[in-house]
Amino acid sequence: MRWVNIRPSRRSGLLLGALPLLIVLAIYLFAASARHAANPSDKILPTPGAMIAAMHGLLVDADPLTGHLIFWADTLASLQRLGLALGICTLSALLVGLVLGVLPAARATLGGLVTTVAVIPPIALLPVLFIVFGLGETAKVALIVIGVAPFLIRDLAEHVAALPQEQMVKAQTLGASSWQLALRVALPQAMPRLIAGLRLSLGPAWVYLISSEAIASDVGLGYRIFLVRRYLSMDIIIPYVAWISLLAIAMDVALAQLSRRGFAWAHQASR
Amino acid sequence: MSDLLTFDNVWLEYGEKIVLERVDLSIAERSFVSIVGPSGAGKSSFLRLALGQEAPSRGRILLDGEVLTPECSPDRGVVFQRYSVFPHLTALRNVMFGRECTSARFTARLFGAARRAAAEEAEAMLVEVGLGDALHLYPAQLSGGMQQRLAIAQALMARPRVLLLDEPFGALDPGIRKDMHRLILGLWREHALTILMVTHDITEAFGLGTRVLAFDKRRIDPHAPHRFGATAVYDLILSRKTAAHEPDPQAEVLRLTESVITNTEGSL
Repeated sequence: MRWVNIRPSRRSGLLLGALPLLIVLAIYLFAASARHAANPSDKILPTPGAMIAAMHGLLVDADPLTGHLIFWADTLASLQRLGLALGICTLSALLVGLVLGVLPAARATLGGLVTTVAVIPPIALLPVLFIVFGLGETAKVALIVIGVAPFLIRDLAEHVAALPQEQMVKAQTLGASSWQLALRVALPQAMPRLIAGLRLSLGPAWVYLISSEAIASDVGLGYRIFLVRRYLSMDIIIPYVAWISLLAIAMDVALAQLSRRGFAWAHQASR
Repeated sequence: MSDLLTFDNVWLEYGEKIVLERVDLSIAERSFVSIVGPSGAGKSSFLRLALGQEAPSRGRILLDGEVLTPECSPDRGVVFQRYSVFPHLTALRNVMFGRECTSARFTARLFGAARRAAAEEAEAMLVEVGLGDALHLYPAQLSGGMQQRLAIAQALMARPRVLLLDEPFGALDPGIRKDMHRLILGLWREHALTILMVTHDITEAFGLGTRVLAFDKRRIDPHAPHRFGATAVYDLILSRKTAAHEPDPQAEVLRLTESVITNTEGSL
């Protein structure tokens, strides 16, 4: 049998997928115990026990200064920034992307602006954002929005503009106005694409979030990582990074489910 | 029968290139006009003009005696070869779409009794085209032939004055195509439709049409082929077709080809 025709079943697929993760984990544990055998106070590769001990303080003990549980306060602050920013991105992408996609005149007018903004590296604008919006929440949210929204807008506008012309003509022969075209033909077909774009944007969004938190913040997952770096606290950094990736995976899965549940028609071909 | 659609010395030009020239035609109400011709002879351009997707460069197109605005509107329905149903709506919602747009200007959605009435009407239309069992399926779950049935039902719900078909059965296999021919002829009689159909299939053109238009260029300049446009070079009225009498398309084509040859020999 040719290699290209070997398709794992669902169960063996799960097993195969778990295998590399388990191998990485085993390598880490092996390396950590080897280092600790040589130097019991090693900080670079902490053992699971050391990580649990370090995290315990952040998870259940309140910070004596603020009275907050640090880990949960960090998570909440980061998710709030991310959620707010992605919400703004989604809304603006729907609004602007749809208008650009449906109206050729709008595309001619604003397409250049969106493209220009989209090619600016967002991190290069971070100083400008801090100067304009101060060091508070606004600058952090704005960085994510500037980084993600133009991509989503362009992607959505192109997708809508590329919908078969036949559909647009058909809708018009059925009496649809421009508004109805946007609302009933373009919008529903844009939604699965928007969700797919959002899933792809999660990675960059986390990058922008952690960058802005690292530079100026007093709470947040990115802030904490960069803070404890000073004390070489790998026992905190590693669990935080694992938690961030867990959150990212959860968001990705949730968005995929949303698309599959809410827009089943878009996933029929792949079934 | 009065003239429904009139082309009055219509030209279609793109800059230097002339696609259609001197198209002078009158299309009677309740006729079934087949449009044939080689690729690039302006058949689809002609249909786009009738649809209002494009404006003629010269001349006028009249619908019911009024000059046609170059924009699609509900008085002209259309079925394309592909992509003319909405993939995100079930069959029933696809057929209800037109009613929802014309009845609810802002939300384009109907509620309560109005919605039930529209749904009932749409269901009856779907049953008529043979999709009674597929009301709640999405287009991706329908075969090619069923999708075209759906597209026809959707177009008929808007009660168009003219139904334009752009190679509607071109992508279907022969057995299904026969079924579709029976369906469209039945609907044409039942709903007293006026149909313009572009097709590549000459048998289909003669088998279905009450009139066949053949588009081609009358003249060709070998040094500048784009400077002469196409027009309806043959215009054949197949008058003896009635509801009771289904002609054998094969024999029809032979007979008419002969008559075309004898007719045109005189004029050349």
